[in-house]
Amino acid sequence: MSDRLLTVEDLRVSFPTRTGEVQAVRGVSFTLGRERLGIVGESGSGKSQTGRAIMGLTPKHAKITAKTLNFAGRDLLAISDRERREIRGKRIAMVLQDPKYSLNPVSTIGRQIIETLKTHERISTAEAKARTLAMLEAVQIRDPERVFSLYPHEVSGGMGQRVMIAMMLICGPELLIADEPTSALDVTVQLEVLGILDKLVAERGMGLIFVSHDLRLVSSFCDRVLVMYAGRVVEELPSADLSKAQHPYTQGLLNCLPTIGSDRHPLPVLDRKKEWAL
Amino acid sequence: MTKNVLSVKDMVVMFDEFVALDHVSVDVATGESFGIVGESGSGKSTLLRAVAGLNTFSAGALSINGQSYSGRSRSKDFYRTVQMVFQDPYGSLHPRQTVDRLLLEPLAIHGFDNVDQRIMRALDEVGLGSGFRFRYSHQLSGGQRQRVAIARALILEPKVLLLDEPTSALDASIQAEILNLLEQARKDRGLTFVMVSHDLGVISHMCERLAVMKGGKVIETVKADALERRDFSADYTRQLLTASEGFRRV
Repeated sequence: MSDRLLTVEDLRVSFPTRTGEVQAVRGVSFTLGRERLGIVGESGSGKSQTGRAIMGLTPKHAKITAKTLNFAGRDLLAISDRERREIRGKRIAMVLQDPKYSLNPVSTIGRQIIETLKTHERISTAEAKARTLAMLEAVQIRDPERVFSLYPHEVSGGMGQRVMIAMMLICGPELLIADEPTSALDVTVQLEVLGILDKLVAERGMGLIFVSHDLRLVSSFCDRVLVMYAGRVVEELPSADLSKAQHPYTQGLLNCLPTIGSDRHPLPVLDRKKEWAL
Repeated sequence: MTKNVLSVKDMVVMFDEFVALDHVSVDVATGESFGIVGESGSGKSTLLRAVAGLNTFSAGALSINGQSYSGRSRSKDFYRTVQMVFQDPYGSLHPRQTVDRLLLEPLAIHGFDNVDQRIMRALDEVGLGSGFRFRYSHQLSGGQRQRVAIARALILEPKVLLLDEPTSALDASIQAEILNLLEQARKDRGLTFVMVSHDLGVISHMCERLAVMKGGKVIETVKADALERRDFSADYTRQLLTASEGFRRV
């Protein structure tokens, strides 16, 4: 495939702790083109650490190894911190879970977005402002001028997450990693934010890695789904074939959700097998 | 005729100028499982907290088991009848008390006898076993903590259990376990549930009737099976229902 964006082969992330080494990610491999890939798993499955390792946000004391971690022809593990910074934000961007904690509380929204832009491009302040306003409009903020001068605490969660998406997309990245982008939002707002994200990703032809614990949401949003358990990918399948999932863990995750109109008492629970974690 | 075990009439809760609950009326029959859904800020948790006496209410009436209660003060008897389980299992257990101590406290307050047996039985009932009795809450997982919180509520043998998003902090597979545990407890003890959640799927699974709240008001009260048939009138209920069905590309 010519437009392969990202190749991950045998990615491992481990953290030294007092009680020995904790392996958060244990040999994850996948490739990504300009498509939407979902990574699903429960807490502790290593899904977020996979995303963070690609972005280069793993804490310094952790150990990352991989046979290949290649982004658009560059080995992400071999490049210097400086080159990494050039890629981060410019070519790979990341939307985090909660806008309350991931936006800078003491700087206005406009300034934060301009800061991203000016770090990566040499442009005048006037032009940066114009592009920021255009971007805020693209994420369907009705009054961009007003939001531009607000502080993050003055906007709602849904608005904050739109600001976050605007900030991440303003440099036109080729790959966007979204780590639980809607889990902190109300159900009614979730769909709006997802709709915006979906439209922008499609328009700009980005690759997207969507990390979430919500299997149904991911399958309705992405083209392909990786299911992770205990640091490994246990199953990879196209979203359309989710109902044909083979692995008992994937089946169990799908089954244990209560849905409207199904009368199952008690709910089937997940019977975790030791061999899944091997 | 079923008697209402819990009845709220025209309840108003104010936080300074802000009206959090605006003349809310809810009746819950004995043995019923009643759900409350709505987005954040809709007042659903405030309603539970006002019933439990954690918020005061400035107007309206609350009656439980035929006895009426005012704004804040709650008698000891009240807490023998009504117990609450909170959303965050990390914040609702005392970090420096063992599970044993946590479960002993309500028993001591209410002067129960056979505390040893009661604690063992409560732990058994929530599927934890005696091995967990002398652990601290930080040694437990989220699901196990929520089990302890449920044990603490059930140990007083209440009649009404107020559940404030009991599973929204948990993984999907753990959520199923906790929901099953709650259903079993309700069946065994003939409990009445009032359950708050933002997840319509969970509410329609657990409850027979539900109230939809928005902006401090109850917009609509429907039967859970009416959701399936799309038999409701409020537009907001439809929005919530669409949202719970997941993302659809337009």
